[in-house]
Amino acid sequence: MPERIVVPFGPQHPVLPEPIHLDLVLEDETVVEAIPSIGYIHRGLERLIEKREFTEYVYVAERICGICSFMHALCYCQGIEEIMKIEVPDRAKYLRTIWSECSRLHSHLLWLGLFADGMGFENLFMRSWQLRESVLDVLEDTTGGRVIQGTCKVGGVRRDIGAEKLDEMHRALDPFEEQCRELGDIFLNDDTVKYRLQGLGVISKDEAYALGAVGPTARASGVAMDHRETGYAAYGDLGFKPVVETAGDCYARCAVRVKEIYASINLIRQAIDQMPEGPLDVKVKGTPDGEYFSRVEQPRGEVIHYLKGNGSKHLSRARIRTPTLANIPPLVKMLPGAQLADVPVVVLSIDPCISCTER
Amino acid sequence: MTVREEQTIIDVALENLTREVERVHADGYRLVQIGCTDLGGSYEVNYSFDKGYQFKNLRLTIGPEAEVPSISGIYWGAFVYENEMHDLFGIPVTGINIDFKGTFIKTVEKYPFSVTRKGGDSCRNA
Repeated sequence: MPERIVVPFGPQHPVLPEPIHLDLVLEDETVVEAIPSIGYIHRGLERLIEKREFTEYVYVAERICGICSFMHALCYCQGIEEIMKIEVPDRAKYLRTIWSECSRLHSHLLWLGLFADGMGFENLFMRSWQLRESVLDVLEDTTGGRVIQGTCKVGGVRRDIGAEKLDEMHRALDPFEEQCRELGDIFLNDDTVKYRLQGLGVISKDEAYALGAVGPTARASGVAMDHRETGYAAYGDLGFKPVVETAGDCYARCAVRVKEIYASINLIRQAIDQMPEGPLDVKVKGTPDGEYFSRVEQPRGEVIHYLKGNGSKHLSRARIRTPTLANIPPLVKMLPGAQLADVPVVVLSIDPCISCTER
Repeated sequence: MTVREEQTIIDVALENLTREVERVHADGYRLVQIGCTDLGGSYEVNYSFDKGYQFKNLRLTIGPEAEVPSISGIYWGAFVYENEMHDLFGIPVTGINIDFKGTFIKTVEKYPFSVTRKGGDSCRNA
């Protein structure tokens, strides 16, 4: 029997933009066990709820993560709106949907670039990030911010997108989709990519479900679960269907994200086509008294903001369960059997966001 | 087709927790999260499950001295939430499949952060 050795992976590693640590137990170069640990940058943002008014905490929620910042704000606001029985105007719901899908687009393109870099495919990395820039430009143009948008608030949104700008965005979607499909074609059909990813880090449908996997990690194993199906924001009007693959390997997780880019472009197109007229927000009166588990589908999967109000202007509790935390147990099960050289690719395949995890 | 989300909260006693979780597991629910709320003198622990967007929440209310049995024997992935619950709130959880003994969340500040247990036992699982 080969001797077992433990190799520390992270918290500082070239493929990890943020710190997470894995103790890899190896037999020769094959992983037999992986033990994770987190908490290097724990910020205690949940406790800040005790020092910020419920309307101000949107700014904190938005700063949990620099990629899905808008969706954290959306999840928080939807939770407060549910507790306070606030009906958000339709136009605000559509704008929230557009900005959410822009966030998903730039997140997936960011991930595709990082994933290509992890595989050693440098020019694919550069092309992915080049396309991502155009999405960030739209976010900056329509919200004023590339990373933190600051447009979501309890009761609606702060900014509108005018008819001229919507028209311009609509016209830009076709050429953008064509470029994304050219990029996606490489990820889905290139022999090098397939050879590197197929059969690697496999997790079955039953395992993914039992381990609580969420987002593309779950959908790549055949679990057809996407919280947008519940129709929050404007998704109920837009004819949404989750993207599902069945192989459960790194290639399938990549394929789900590539196809979700096409789906997001289509959702933005539909949202622009059906954009209703009307106000952007409603006046918020009173304070939240009650509790709600607010859920939103982020690029990495389902995020939960558990919010509990006691009738004062400060909530008594905000508990945030981010998708990466839920995807750590599946990651631990994916790694055994992989070669040491493939560990970075398997880790990246869940699209870990440690900033979210360390809220 | 839009699926309507339902949320239910069910209070459970500590001695019935494992049995109730086994029942939820047998019904085909996935574990969504375990979260803890400090009520100032006691804790509220929410075990959240989901099946087809139907959200079921088992709620446990315990005193500061209570030990909570791990559900990681039923839901393997529960260890992340149970270690987090221990590290951030100081609640001892017995029988976790991967027990980090207070080192899952690495912080300069001594755990637990909980107001209720502040200044007392630093790490009950150690």
